[in-house]
Amino acid sequence: MIRIKQIAATVVLTALAALAAAAATMSVQVKDAPVRATPSFVGKVVGTLAYGDQVEIRQTQGAWSQVAGAGVSGWLHTSALSSKKIVLAAGREQAKVAASGDELALAGKGFNSDVEGQFKSAHKDIDFTWIDRMEKIRIPAADMQSFLKDGGVTPKEGGAK
Amino acid sequence: MSALYYRYIALSLSVLALAGLPACKTMDTISEIGADVAVASGVATPQQGQSIKKAGSAVGKTFESITPEQEYYIGRTVGAVVLNQYKPLDNAAANHYLNVLGQTLAQFSDKPETFGGYHFLVMETEDVNAFSAPGGLIFISRGMIRCCRSEDALAAVLAHEIGHVELQHGLQAISKSRVTSALTILAAESAKSFGGQELAQLTEAFEGSIGDITATMMNNGYSRGFERQADRAAVTILQRSGYDPNGLTAMLTQMKAQIKPGGHDFAKTHPSPDSRIADIVKWIGPVKPVVSPAARQARFQAAVGKI
Repeated sequence: MIRIKQIAATVVLTALAALAAAAATMSVQVKDAPVRATPSFVGKVVGTLAYGDQVEIRQTQGAWSQVAGAGVSGWLHTSALSSKKIVLAAGREQAKVAASGDELALAGKGFNSDVEGQFKSAHKDIDFTWIDRMEKIRIPAADMQSFLKDGGVTPKEGGAK
Repeated sequence: MSALYYRYIALSLSVLALAGLPACKTMDTISEIGADVAVASGVATPQQGQSIKKAGSAVGKTFESITPEQEYYIGRTVGAVVLNQYKPLDNAAANHYLNVLGQTLAQFSDKPETFGGYHFLVMETEDVNAFSAPGGLIFISRGMIRCCRSEDALAAVLAHEIGHVELQHGLQAISKSRVTSALTILAAESAKSFGGQELAQLTEAFEGSIGDITATMMNNGYSRGFERQADRAAVTILQRSGYDPNGLTAMLTQMKAQIKPGGHDFAKTHPSPDSRIADIVKWIGPVKPVVSPAARQARFQAAVGKI
């Protein structure tokens, strides 16, 4: 039993060390993500990161991470980040690693536009016109701020947690 | 990562050590993490680590293995199926207002960023209904908007749907075997692009997943527990953003008067308004009327008051 406890303790420490190291670099897992000057939804947007961009994590504050990468630095909500390395165009070796482990994620794999295309050709009655149309409705951050202000809606400090 | 989580890893590995590292049928996703750690700490060789992963991956893949990009594609098709049944309302002003309100609220959720973002659309039907497709495409019926007498009440409806997205309730409706089969196809495939057979198999898993989600969302309803979680998330979003959480109880009270018992809308897929209100007052205190400032009420009336 003592031996097992020792193994368990070593494993926990190794896992902690591995996680600490892995947390230093993360990938953007959404199409595009606004980077802000301060760790808050009300922070000024200073740039945008794109899917697959790799960033270094400088520090975290609640659900916000201070990041630097792809020529942008500032605060990003952690929901936009993945600890996996996202590979946009994978070579053979990377694909093998991605299939067997959790370190890599391949963009465009699995349920993708090809699969959607197959679905569409099998179900011609299902129309995607309005789906495409609604995806184009994107409200700028400044408009959200004035919407809150004009309606007398006062967010709690910090916004999203 | 909680201490409990690490204890779980440690426990899994203890089991592994005792069993002399055979492929262990009872291990789920933890085996992947466990295998990496076992290799890193010298408990297992890299070869053994690989075999543990393979054994684990066959049984352990769940909805959590679906990437945000794949969730986005699932959501697009779920949305298209919803709109095949319910016609969109072609009212630019109402849809714009819904998006300003909804996208603002989403910023205050625990998941403000999704692959394709949050987008909202009014459905023309008189049925009292609202659906959220994975990834953030959200549909609200005209009948549902008529249950809302203030922006705060409408905000509560949108926040409840954002809650379902944030908590990935749609993805959890996909049968586990379907997720496993899709991920097995992916694991078998290497760098080359999909051949016809793999694409056909993936499309079959995709269609099945869409069917699982739409059947749950539109016909059977989520579990009582999921609805409670979405209400709880809605209260959090309303409180963080500065809206009155009584908007949720006000909307439910109005809905109670409007839904027809035995109807095929919210009456069928959701717990009764009374039982939801009973839960909500535990979080926010006794029901109080919503007081919206005049400017907020005026823009609500202008955008959707006559819908």
